Amino acid sequence: MDRVPILKIGPTLFVSIQIDLQDESVILLQEDLADELAATGARGVIIDITAVEIVDSFIGRMLTMIGSISRLFDAETVIVGMRPAVAITLTELGLSMGGVRTALNAEKGLEILNGKT
Amino acid sequence: MDVDGTRGRMADYLRDHQDKVVGRWSELVVAGGRGRTSVEEVRRELGGLFTLIVRVLSEADEHADGELQAALDELSRGRARDGFTPSETALGVFSLKEAVYELVADSAEMVPEFLALSRMIDDLGLSTFEAYSAAREQIISDQVTTMMELSTPVVRLWEGIIAVPLVGTLDSARTQLVMEKLLDTLVATGADHAVIDITGVATVDTEVAQHLLKTVSAARLLGAECTISGIRPQVAQTIVSLGIDFGDIATKATLADALALALRQAGLKVVQA
Repeated sequence: MDRVPILKIGPTLFVSIQIDLQDESVILLQEDLADELAATGARGVIIDITAVEIVDSFIGRMLTMIGSISRLFDAETVIVGMRPAVAITLTELGLSMGGVRTALNAEKGLEILNGKT
Repeated sequence: MDVDGTRGRMADYLRDHQDKVVGRWSELVVAGGRGRTSVEEVRRELGGLFTLIVRVLSEADEHADGELQAALDELSRGRARDGFTPSETALGVFSLKEAVYELVADSAEMVPEFLALSRMIDDLGLSTFEAYSAAREQIISDQVTTMMELSTPVVRLWEGIIAVPLVGTLDSARTQLVMEKLLDTLVATGADHAVIDITGVATVDTEVAQHLLKTVSAARLLGAECTISGIRPQVAQTIVSLGIDFGDIATKATLADALALALRQAGLKVVQA
């Protein structure tokens, strides 16, 4: 089973998804991220999906759910680097990712988190 | 026109040999059409044409000329649309000469009659070519229009601000194209603000609005904010009476207003130099 590594950089958790997302690995990521947020008290999560080319409704929903879980730990989630094709797919599926911030790249994502007071 | 009665005699001759001539004519045309037309279809088309030609030759009524011209134009236009070459189209008419010639070749007394028919067919062949090229011009100009409508430039207004001026009719296929191009440009340039200008969009119905909303939410997923500008008074009235809700999407009357908003959101201020 592929596990997605979670890196802690300052007050931010950085998750870069470099694998083809399977349902199980997303669930694992969600659990790992919750553990990590509880352990470190991080204030922000950046999920980089630059390498993700295919999404389905389940993965879209899980990403939103990760955002909701993070908010319970008072951390903001920013999804960065979404590909145009992925964005079109999610829109067609009717998922608008409410409650999750999005940014074009990791740099802009960090700006959003740092701008948070 | 029929000074010595040759055309009238040719008409009688053709009427007597109608089945033979039309049959042979169709055969020749089908052979020249490289299998793109069926014998029955050609036979029907040419049968109609043949009757008209006989009517013109016998000078029975004054409408025959116009009717023959119209039928010939229609045939040529169809050929042009189906991708036949000009020679193949003209050959369709000239084959009649061949078909009749084969019949009258042995009888020397038919020569003046045949020449009269031949002259007429030559004129018809020329007009076929005219109609053919007119149809082609029409096709080309239609395609140019389509291409103009399809071109969707994405322009950079400022550092981090891009704009898409939409012109023409918005349908699903075209919106898809616009959406893809807009999103690609957002990613490629790293712009985080896009202005969709619909000044050139003639009508906004629920479908177009749906497309616009989809484009905006896809751009938001990328982390970019969209503004819709160029909403004209009539369009605004239509949108309201259709009950379309743009939600929290910023809409502005002009592209200038949208640019000002984008600059403000980017933390930039325009001052007098």
